[in-house]
Amino acid sequence: MDDLYRDYILEHYRRPHNFGVLESPDASFEGNNPLCGDRITIMLGIRDGVVAEVAFTGRGCAISQASASLLTDEIRGKRVEEVRQMTPDDLLDLLGIEVSPARLKCALLSLDTVSHALAERRPDGPGEPAAPAAAGGES
Amino acid sequence: MAETMTGARALRSAGDPAVEVATGDGPASAAGRAGRPFDPVALRADFPILSTLSHGRPLIYLDSAATSQKPLTVIDAVDRWNRVQNANPHRGIYELAESATNAYEEARARAAAFIGAPDARELVFVRNATEAINLVAYAWGRQSIGRGDVIVLTEMEHHANLVPWQILVQEADADLEFIPFDDEGRLRLDVLDVLLRLKPKLVAFTHVSNTLGTINPVREMTEMAHAAGALVLIDGAQAVPHLPVDVAEIGCDFYAFSGHKMLAPMGSGGLWARRELLEAMPPFLAGGDMIREVHLRRSSWNDVPWKFEAGTPDAAAAVGLAAAVDYLAALGMDAVRAHERDLTAYALETLRREIPGIAIYGPDADHRGGVVAFNLPDVHPHDVAQVLDRHAVAIRAGHHCTMPLHERLDLSATVRASFSVYSTRADVDVLVEGLHDVMRIFGPGA
Ligand SMILES: Cc1ncc(COP(=O)(O)O)c(C=O)c1O
Repeated sequence: MDDLYRDYILEHYRRPHNFGVLESPDASFEGNNPLCGDRITIMLGIRDGVVAEVAFTGRGCAISQASASLLTDEIRGKRVEEVRQMTPDDLLDLLGIEVSPARLKCALLSLDTVSHALAERRPDGPGEPAAPAAAGGES
Repeated sequence: MAETMTGARALRSAGDPAVEVATGDGPASAAGRAGRPFDPVALRADFPILSTLSHGRPLIYLDSAATSQKPLTVIDAVDRWNRVQNANPHRGIYELAESATNAYEEARARAAAFIGAPDARELVFVRNATEAINLVAYAWGRQSIGRGDVIVLTEMEHHANLVPWQILVQEADADLEFIPFDDEGRLRLDVLDVLLRLKPKLVAFTHVSNTLGTINPVREMTEMAHAAGALVLIDGAQAVPHLPVDVAEIGCDFYAFSGHKMLAPMGSGGLWARRELLEAMPPFLAGGDMIREVHLRRSSWNDVPWKFEAGTPDAAAAVGLAAAVDYLAALGMDAVRAHERDLTAYALETLRREIPGIAIYGPDADHRGGVVAFNLPDVHPHDVAQVLDRHAVAIRAGHHCTMPLHERLDLSATVRASFSVYSTRADVDVLVEGLHDVMRIFGPGA
């Protein structure tokens, strides 16, 4: 019935990849979607300009969770510069489902959070966690 | 599976009763229903949108707390205004302008009477409840709230009855206190009792919670607040469409409501306040129509309520509001409440029986308006809403502009089904079927 809830989406939702925490991430950010209360924290371990480790925690709908699961798989091993250049369309391709405008924010939360984490990363602090902050105005 | 239902939906469910209630001698309904038994199935014919399709299926509209649908009499009243009545109220001496002014003021009188206002001039037309509350926060609040003053709210408020007060207390260096609710979603009046010892200037609370559905004991709370010397503002956005409301009997000082939730057009709404309060308050917005005399360096204000109605109003929405009030009055608000109580009881019982593990928030049907917020085990409300949409079931998923309430329940979001006069047991049955489908997709065995 639903193009949205393909088996692999539900599979990523039930058993998300890279779900967990990094002890001392080089970059970290808590993003949220104030409309629906989705909230995820993405942590990155960066070595030699490459995303060596990645993990996420948080809760949200199937779309935002599957998106975080797929995105974290995708960026592990990628150069930070490449990750920075990822576009919403790249992520939607990765998801492989038709996302309605109302759910776009859910689908893109993970990429938005990764972008914020990289933007807030302290340039010279390997092993230094960036202070988590909320993406929206509220807490 | 829902496909098998399609033929049967929108028809009377075996359980849809016609409630026998005398409607008294209220104004004759344009729908011609006065004196007839209240029959939600029959009156659906008055609401054109209820015979539209969504994804090829009959629309099951269960989001009336967000906004209600509109009956033909309201649609026609707005149409008639634009065809043969339109002129700027209060601004012309030609015949058309005079009759436009009369229609606009007649709308005010009908809306005022509907909520039991002793005097039509105590009703200020505004766009919605949000604007009504902001008007009080700015006009009354700026004048009356100073450093160290206390305003008491509740933990179940819609953001519309929270954020304007946050802004006010920040500016005035005043304080907010909150009445919590218990596990059944009922306000803790014992805590109110304690908070009143702080001698608050204002106690502001919702009449009916838009998330928990709780019908608050507004009269008792008003008496308590008054005894402590506080004024009382009630957010009636979820009450006026669903219960008999009489502001004089409640005894409050300010009462806010939105027309669009009570079968009227968007852009109509009211702030009722006691005359002396309105007289003493400075204007909110300034411009045309709210003045008596304007000189280059000073002006004097018009009488109430026009002092608070700067600029050209949404007069078409106001006459639509009058038509909505007539429609509801003809049904009889006691009958409306009886119907929605019955339907809510049916929904609570059916959901609990049919959906294992469902969490439903708020009190029993006797203390609850037609609002049922819930969660399914391990399925996010957005996903529930998405699947239900494919069943043409329109419900709300999210925080419903009550983030603090959700925080208090340690939830990020809920699913909310909400009812109005035209909602039926058949609607609830389709909802339940849709939820079975959600469980099939997301359940452990899926
Ligand atoms: C209890 C309550 N108060 C205030 C509002 C705000 O209404 P409006 O958006 O019409 O101003 C709503 C609407 O959702 C509500 O449910």
